[in-house]
Amino acid sequence: MSLVVDSVTKSFGAFEALKGVSFTAPQGAFVALLGPSGSGKTTLLRILGGLEFPDDGSVIFADLNWLHVPARSRRAGFVFQNYALFRHMTVAQNIAFGLAVKPRSVRPARSAIAQKVEELLALVQLEGLGKRYPSQLSGGQRQRVALARALAIEPRMLLLDEPFGALDAKVRKELRAWLRALHERMGITTVFVTHDQDEAFAMADLVAIMSAGRIEQYGTADEVRKSPKSPFVAAFLDREAHHAPQPAR
Amino acid sequence: MMSLRRPTQDHPLTRLALAAIAIGFISVFLVLPLATVFSQALSAGFGAAMRSFDDPEARAAIRLTLLTAAIAVPLNTIFGIAASWAIAKFDFRGKGLLTTLIDVPFSVSPVVSGLIYVLIFGLQGWLGPMLREWDVKVIFALPGIVLATIFVTFPFVARELIPLMTDQGREEEEAAASLGASGLQTFLRVTLPNIKWGLLYGVLLCNARAMGEFGAVSVVSGHIRGLTNTLPLHVEVLYNDYQYVAAFAVASLLALLAILTLVVKSLLEWRYADEIAAVHRH
Repeated sequence: MSLVVDSVTKSFGAFEALKGVSFTAPQGAFVALLGPSGSGKTTLLRILGGLEFPDDGSVIFADLNWLHVPARSRRAGFVFQNYALFRHMTVAQNIAFGLAVKPRSVRPARSAIAQKVEELLALVQLEGLGKRYPSQLSGGQRQRVALARALAIEPRMLLLDEPFGALDAKVRKELRAWLRALHERMGITTVFVTHDQDEAFAMADLVAIMSAGRIEQYGTADEVRKSPKSPFVAAFLDREAHHAPQPAR
Repeated sequence: MMSLRRPTQDHPLTRLALAAIAIGFISVFLVLPLATVFSQALSAGFGAAMRSFDDPEARAAIRLTLLTAAIAVPLNTIFGIAASWAIAKFDFRGKGLLTTLIDVPFSVSPVVSGLIYVLIFGLQGWLGPMLREWDVKVIFALPGIVLATIFVTFPFVARELIPLMTDQGREEEEAAASLGASGLQTFLRVTLPNIKWGLLYGVLLCNARAMGEFGAVSVVSGHIRGLTNTLPLHVEVLYNDYQYVAAFAVASLLALLAILTLVVKSLLEWRYADEIAAVHRH
């Protein structure tokens, strides 16, 4: 179930968001798309999730022509930057959504769904908050609800868009370790978008540095950090490091 | 002693003066005329006012008004949801034009709105001869009244929903799709619950206007008593016949409908304040 992205291009009007992006990741990899804003990383993530379609290029996942699988059939758990929780539903209803909309023939029984929700609440450490509404939760809690909701459909692939972008530094660090541990336990191929290199190097096995619609460098976290291949990568890592209040890790 | 004030807090006298102006203005231009309508209606006693509704012409007018609203409001609700959905959630050519067109009934005089239909469907109009051949009556009949009402009231639902849906964005719909929901499931379970209060408010306003519209309906109705007079037209007929008690009694009924609409809206807003706040972006 490896992921192969080949020469993907995407334009919005005159703006070229992706100018031929290719990379491969083995099953169960944790890939970070790292780059400044406007570098195309979110567009690439949305293409993997079926929310956007490339103008050209191909995506193969689990030996399927991934672009021909409609978003609703991909079982790609997508966690949005602002979580996109259903605001009129309780936490439990949010998490249950992906199960409740299944066709009747394959939909689990009500009690089974309720049990699954409880398990997921425990997994994301939100036991007892099932009856709350998203507006009654803190940012970190919402983020974990969004993750639980994505995990409920037993995703084949997990896609995270700036998952910790809206959180403060302390919560961010805690969630980082927690998410990495969760990934190791579940082994789902995960792609996450970030502009924070600390985050990328702390969590990911593979890091793709993106700039202006291209992947500048792709490799293991150590490779990319220790031997930047282009002046852009070197400058990007250097600049970011100076901005960060503490050295990475 | 000097009292301390926050920089955004005006002097108490300023606040008092502003409140007095607002209340005074509303009293003179809104409350007073409304009170006059009710007092005129009851000038000959409650019984006399109620007897105005025994008149078969008044009953016919009530029936026609309810029937017109019952056709126009659901159609405009469907249209309003479809238009706001398209405008708020998709990018397409002509989006700006569609948004502008939706506002046309607000800027065009109702009389002109009525005349449009006379020009199209009237005996001398484009389709007039054809309609006469088929023996279909549009102008001076129910279809014309319904068409004119739909035209005048079509912005209400859409105008209410477009800003709300634009503000809510499309992320929740995208989340629903990525979780495996079909288009219909997404609409019923995510979109509709998020807009239900705005939708209800739009429908209430649309209904109030549909029942109260005078100008456009007046042009296409032909004022046939007991047949094509809606409530507002019936008020005019009675007034011109010097039947003041009856005219104001029917006018009171219309005013009560409007007040009821606002009361229902306020009650709903008060009862569901939390939920309404929750569906706006937090």
